[in-house]
Amino acid sequence: MSEHAPVGGKLLTKPFLFFAVLFMIALAFLATRFIFGLGSVTNLNDGYPWGIWIVIDVMVGTALGCAGYSVALLVYILNKGEYHPLVRSAVLAGLFGYGLAGLAVMIDLGRYWQFYTLLWPGFIQVNSVMLEVAWCVMAYIAVLFVEFAPVLLERFGFKNLQQKLSKVMFLIIAVGILLPTMHQSSLGTMAVVAGYQISDLWQTQLLPPLFLISAILMGYAIVPFESMLASMGLRRPMETDLLAKLSGVTLAVTVFYLVLRFGDLLWRGALGLAFAGNLDALMFWIENLLFVVPILLLAKRSNRNHPRLMFLSAVSLLLAGSIYRINTYIVGYHPFAGGDWHYFPSVGEMMVTVGIFSFEVMLYLLAVKTLPVLHRA
Amino acid sequence: MALNRRDFLKLSAAGVGGALCTGNAQAVQREPKQLPPEAVGMLYDSTLCIGCKACMAACKAANGMPPEQTGEADIMWDTPIELSGKTLNVIKVYRDETVPVSEQASLVKDQEKNGYAFMKRHCLHCVDPSCVSACPVSAMTKDPLTGIVEHHKERCIGCRYCVYGCPFGVPKYEYNEAFGQIQKCQFCAHLQAKGELPACCDVCPTGATLFGKVTDLQAEAERRLAIQPGESYVFPRGKLGGDRPPHEAKIPKYRKELYGDKELGGTQILYLAGVPFDKLGLPTNVPDYGYPTLTEGIQHMLYKWMIAPAVLLGGLAYVVHRNTQKSHESERQSDSDTSSEGGES
Repeated sequence: MSEHAPVGGKLLTKPFLFFAVLFMIALAFLATRFIFGLGSVTNLNDGYPWGIWIVIDVMVGTALGCAGYSVALLVYILNKGEYHPLVRSAVLAGLFGYGLAGLAVMIDLGRYWQFYTLLWPGFIQVNSVMLEVAWCVMAYIAVLFVEFAPVLLERFGFKNLQQKLSKVMFLIIAVGILLPTMHQSSLGTMAVVAGYQISDLWQTQLLPPLFLISAILMGYAIVPFESMLASMGLRRPMETDLLAKLSGVTLAVTVFYLVLRFGDLLWRGALGLAFAGNLDALMFWIENLLFVVPILLLAKRSNRNHPRLMFLSAVSLLLAGSIYRINTYIVGYHPFAGGDWHYFPSVGEMMVTVGIFSFEVMLYLLAVKTLPVLHRA
Repeated sequence: MALNRRDFLKLSAAGVGGALCTGNAQAVQREPKQLPPEAVGMLYDSTLCIGCKACMAACKAANGMPPEQTGEADIMWDTPIELSGKTLNVIKVYRDETVPVSEQASLVKDQEKNGYAFMKRHCLHCVDPSCVSACPVSAMTKDPLTGIVEHHKERCIGCRYCVYGCPFGVPKYEYNEAFGQIQKCQFCAHLQAKGELPACCDVCPTGATLFGKVTDLQAEAERRLAIQPGESYVFPRGKLGGDRPPHEAKIPKYRKELYGDKELGGTQILYLAGVPFDKLGLPTNVPDYGYPTLTEGIQHMLYKWMIAPAVLLGGLAYVVHRNTQKSHESERQSDSDTSSEGGES
């Protein structure tokens, strides 16, 4: 009946248990954080109030979750129906990416028990970029649930409900495209208020479009990345033809991104900082060379059918977008007033981040084995 | 397909394209905020400060802040070296690092080379504060009359965006508390409500920390800058225009500028000094508008009355509807089985 099917197979496999152990370690660090405060686990300090729990778990995490958004743009707006088999797993990646980012926010909030004030009409501050991001992300998690609902309804046989939902699904999908457009760009806008504290290599009013486009790219990259791992780990055939076409789209968007990025740097006269020979400059080149790698790999049309090259360019893009976010918010951030501050994440901080991503993998394995997510083999 | 692409381009023009226009030379800006009508502030004259730190002790007492031990473990008294979750006000010192420690007795006060100078750090109560603009839950507010920037912990979610955004590195979070809060100078709003002076201005023996209306303090600073160094001047104490006995001293060699007059849109705490302000930890490579004018400029352009998002949503819904209809029809033609038609299938 459906073109999708559960993969099936044993749940408690060795990889699953491995990720479960990593998740347990994270839980131990989290217990410490909640009993003794953020300082007991993290290296956050009076100069660097934001660390990897915000920048990796939330900013990178939601950008990785843009798979659903990016593929929806292709399928429903550009009307590239042929990419349709990728939608379900992309929406699932989105659901986990965003859901866990929401969880990570609660871990990092210093006064998490007052989270409700974000929804309190008398308290909300509508000029705040963070308020917009918070609302958009909350709404988008709900939208992703609804977008994923057909999978559950199909699995548990609620055909009637599934057909009713399909009638309004176009609206849900439209909202599901609008919301990430808003908050992924606003995650860039959020850095603008830091002003001079962020190096001119990253500080610009073009942060919103740059964050948006790089998030779309990460969304496209996560699709072949996930598909490739699924084909290796779950021994499934690859959707090579489809992924090859997607690579063409990725290539075009990457070129556009780099033109905008370097055009902005030249226009602001900030490119000189890239030759300053310091950590900022080094990280700037690592970030942007990782954006160039997929262009080199995918420029030749015949390369786009090559699974290994496709995988490499996807990994390169995921790293590039991630490092762009880390550079903007942490590496390029130089608090001037009050002292000589430094930040590098502690082991506990890193283990919590690893644990959250491990949890994401566990949920993914659970979902594809028991629910009709992946395209029928 | 061509038609669809055209639709997409139209949508892009409303969304991403609109954002691209922000590249136009920081042109996307909202109007800068103006000094509130009854703005109160402080003039800190670094040349008058003797580094006695009476203001630090008074601040801790007035705000119930705990002592803070730094450095050697056997130091038993309050020794903060920077603002923190325990310290809202701190006196710091600049000294010429090129002079070896053994010759520091020869350092001259308020001079950059072979010299040293004091600096008082706390909230500057910006005219256009980044923290107020950043805070999602109005836990940072600016009083519309007095202009005091106040933190309300009962609303705060602890996201620390105010800490991240503050150009002066002022708000601090209590990282070593299970239920920590943001701490920052509230300009002793609780004392001012009773008609008293902020504790630091009240206790300062030299008038280095002077309370007053911001416009009056600006005029006072301009008077000091206009007089020749070495000439005699009567320095007020406590409150400008108050009834405390002033003291007479010679006008020092000021840097001929008043910090806070225009930096980042202006601040209600103003600084006079004999050494460059960046040596005292004040950022000087800053525009004369506040950064919130840039972020709110972007936000207001994209989200004013939510018109642009509503238009974009309408366009998206139309295109998605048409495209899914089409694929539904073609599926119906090619395949009689409709059971797989979730909206997203």
